[in-house]
Amino acid sequence: MNSRVVPIVLLAAFAVLIGVFAKGLNPDRNKNELPSAYLERQAPAFDLPSLTRPGERVSTDDFAGEMVLVNVWATWCEGCRLEHPYLMELAATGEIPIYGINWRDNREQALVWLDRFGDPYVDSAFDADARVGIDWGVYAAPETFLVDGNRVVLKKHLGPMSPAVWEEKFLPVIEANGGAE
Amino acid sequence: MKSRALLLVLGFLAFPAAAIDTGLAFEDPELQARYEDITGQVRCLQCQNESLRSSNAFLAADLRREIRRMLEEGMTDAEIYDFLVERYGEFVLYSPKMSGKTLVLWIAPGILLLFGGGLLFNILRRRAALPIDDDESAAEV
Repeated sequence: MNSRVVPIVLLAAFAVLIGVFAKGLNPDRNKNELPSAYLERQAPAFDLPSLTRPGERVSTDDFAGEMVLVNVWATWCEGCRLEHPYLMELAATGEIPIYGINWRDNREQALVWLDRFGDPYVDSAFDADARVGIDWGVYAAPETFLVDGNRVVLKKHLGPMSPAVWEEKFLPVIEANGGAE
Repeated sequence: MKSRALLLVLGFLAFPAAAIDTGLAFEDPELQARYEDITGQVRCLQCQNESLRSSNAFLAADLRREIRRMLEEGMTDAEIYDFLVERYGEFVLYSPKMSGKTLVLWIAPGILLLFGGGLLFNILRRRAALPIDDDESAAEV
């Protein structure tokens, strides 16, 4: 009996290994990307100074009850510059409100950036010392979170947003959760 | 010549000791020891193969600052690890905790070892049972 079972077990183990390698070696995979620790959980509340409106605040209460994108960006971040035109496009469609977290940045430079390239955000929270970034588990910019009305993270994307990312990663999740608005 | 080679070897040996986070974070040696221990146990996610202690990425600097603050506030090591896992997931820990999710990581090596050992034992036992001298008629089969 043993001589029959052993080859089958070995073959099965080999097949599993091939599967693991095929997944791991997939060139389309971003190996730095980790799922958000808040996936399917409520992200922490925040209350930060507004980047664009002096003296005002931006808090998670501002988007309570609606599905929104929260985009972590900074002027020093190359990927943010890359995705910016697409964020402008997405904001123009009015499909979903986009909130920004301006992460570890310089206020003057951030304002120049928005002035020069356009402002796709409802507003940006100014997180100069990265406290909120840490609370949200941010480790690289750009990061984009899709959160529902209860601030539950439905999806997180590491790296620049693009039409392909939006259609393949975000739209199916948005539709599965009843759509934005 | 020999001493020069020795110097070279010693130089390479000294390299890993060059930590990024030099200088004391705490005057209290006990807090400093805990600080060094924790920052050595946590992965910097920006540069995934370095600990917070050996990384000069700004994320590591931010997290070292948070860990220092938490130690100052008197939080226990377990509370600090929980804080980090809550935000960044189990992956930040170099030695993940034993839990339902990570159980397979802990028991798989043991199971594989048992399986391989059993296999080896079986093969050896069967070989040992074979006759030692080669029989020509058996070879033809």
